[in-house]
Amino acid sequence: MKSGFTLERVLGAGAFAVTAELGPPKGADPQVIIDKAALLKGHADAVNITDNQTAIVRMSSMAAARLVIEQGLEPIMQMTCRDRNRLAMQADILGAAALGVRNLLCLTGDHQSFGNHPKSKGVYDLDSVTLIKMVKDMRDVPAFECGDEVETPPELFIGAAANPYADPFPFRAVRLAKKVEAGIDFVQTQIIYNVEKFEQFMEQCRELGVTERCRILAGVAPLKSAGMAKYMKNRVAGMDVTDEVVERMSAADDAQDEGIDICVEIIKRVREVDGVAGVHIMAVEWEEAVAEITSRAGLEPGHKVLQDG
Amino acid sequence: MIVAKPKPFRKIKQFTDPYENILVVGCNTCVAVCLTGGEKEAEQLASKLRLHRRHQGLGGTVDTITVLRQCEHEYIDELKEAVEGRDLILSTACNIGPQALAERYEDVRVVPAMNTNMLGMVKEHQTWTEYCVACGDCVIQYTGGLCPIARCAKELLNGPCGGSQDGRCEISPDVECVWQSIHDKMVRLGMADDLKKILGPRNWSWSKHGGPRTFSKEGFKP
Repeated sequence: MKSGFTLERVLGAGAFAVTAELGPPKGADPQVIIDKAALLKGHADAVNITDNQTAIVRMSSMAAARLVIEQGLEPIMQMTCRDRNRLAMQADILGAAALGVRNLLCLTGDHQSFGNHPKSKGVYDLDSVTLIKMVKDMRDVPAFECGDEVETPPELFIGAAANPYADPFPFRAVRLAKKVEAGIDFVQTQIIYNVEKFEQFMEQCRELGVTERCRILAGVAPLKSAGMAKYMKNRVAGMDVTDEVVERMSAADDAQDEGIDICVEIIKRVREVDGVAGVHIMAVEWEEAVAEITSRAGLEPGHKVLQDG
Repeated sequence: MIVAKPKPFRKIKQFTDPYENILVVGCNTCVAVCLTGGEKEAEQLASKLRLHRRHQGLGGTVDTITVLRQCEHEYIDELKEAVEGRDLILSTACNIGPQALAERYEDVRVVPAMNTNMLGMVKEHQTWTEYCVACGDCVIQYTGGLCPIARCAKELLNGPCGGSQDGRCEISPDVECVWQSIHDKMVRLGMADDLKKILGPRNWSWSKHGGPRTFSKEGFKP
């Protein structure tokens, strides 16, 4: 299938979407992207290209997105508010659209103190909500944030992130509703291990009408080791790894195999939740796991399902 | 109030070692209240410098004088005699003070002994917390009276990010998530629905990003 608008078409047709993640390298070698794209192609409808993830400098998401397009895979370009002001963001949005990027994920971004340049100046001219509104206005009005007309509007499918596990819990669905109001078409959630809490979050989303106005992709990630499970449980703010998951990972003879099994079980459970339109599989630096996860979960990317009729 | 922190003594030594006739100027307003640069602290710094210079065989003199406010001409004009013949002024005021002195006493080098830290208040005994960044366009009428620009690490206007946990900020468990506090306050006021409104994009031109700012009160301009 031709690259471009795949995700929009899949979600629009009501097929179950599969997205994955492709982290650009800490270097200038395009081959790294090409190799990762080969591992993901055919197993996902589109792949997120992270933008200086966890505030660590990597190849730009726009350049990596273009390389991914050249491999016949559809990128979801991530853009954070941490590193750019509204001038740079709008310039990059036009540039990305000109290079064939059709999905843009609007994020605030991890704070710069987490990364490898903690002495840098954080920008935060906009936040994720106002970034979404700016992109939507560039596409639909079409106007820049200042009101000037956009000559050729960027055709973009607009996404955002949502974390059901951060606090205050009653505000999480409200915050997502604000992103819907600002103009998102789809959302990808934080990694789900606590399915019960995710179900409560989805109930709130349904009550607020969020599920009718945007497509929700449930975030999942395979754990590689018991150490990783414990680290995510105890050290990563906004993560909710259940005791059961930690115990299973600790007891497993083959931790990676168990990690994939847990991931597959979670996919099967979240698929049944009313309002879930797809899954977003975050196998960071473990791209080959995506094929194994989708195979064990009996999950075909939506575009293949549509193709096969 | 303005909160200022002393620069490390090793840095102050570097600035002052090459000079002989040094005047340490204290300020008895904000930095006296935050116990870092008032009369007592200026005198302590001067004696520490004298001791260091004696050990190093540097000679010269280090004297001290304190004014009520270094940010007002009427008080720094009083220093004319004390400044006479000095080759260095070391100011323990916030970083407005040394600039005011540098402009008023054109032929004398002025160096800061402090770093202006923040506009804050005492939250716990002798612990100051940032409450304002002088952004020039206050939004707290929308946010329960609490500032998301000064007190949120990402200056968010539309609610807590995904890193808010147990009322703490993702950058450190020692940092409060002000958005948790804003949310709680708005719930208490029965105004939680107001947080559904989208705020921003902000006009940063009212802040330092619009260039250095001045303010003249109408009718008081000379």
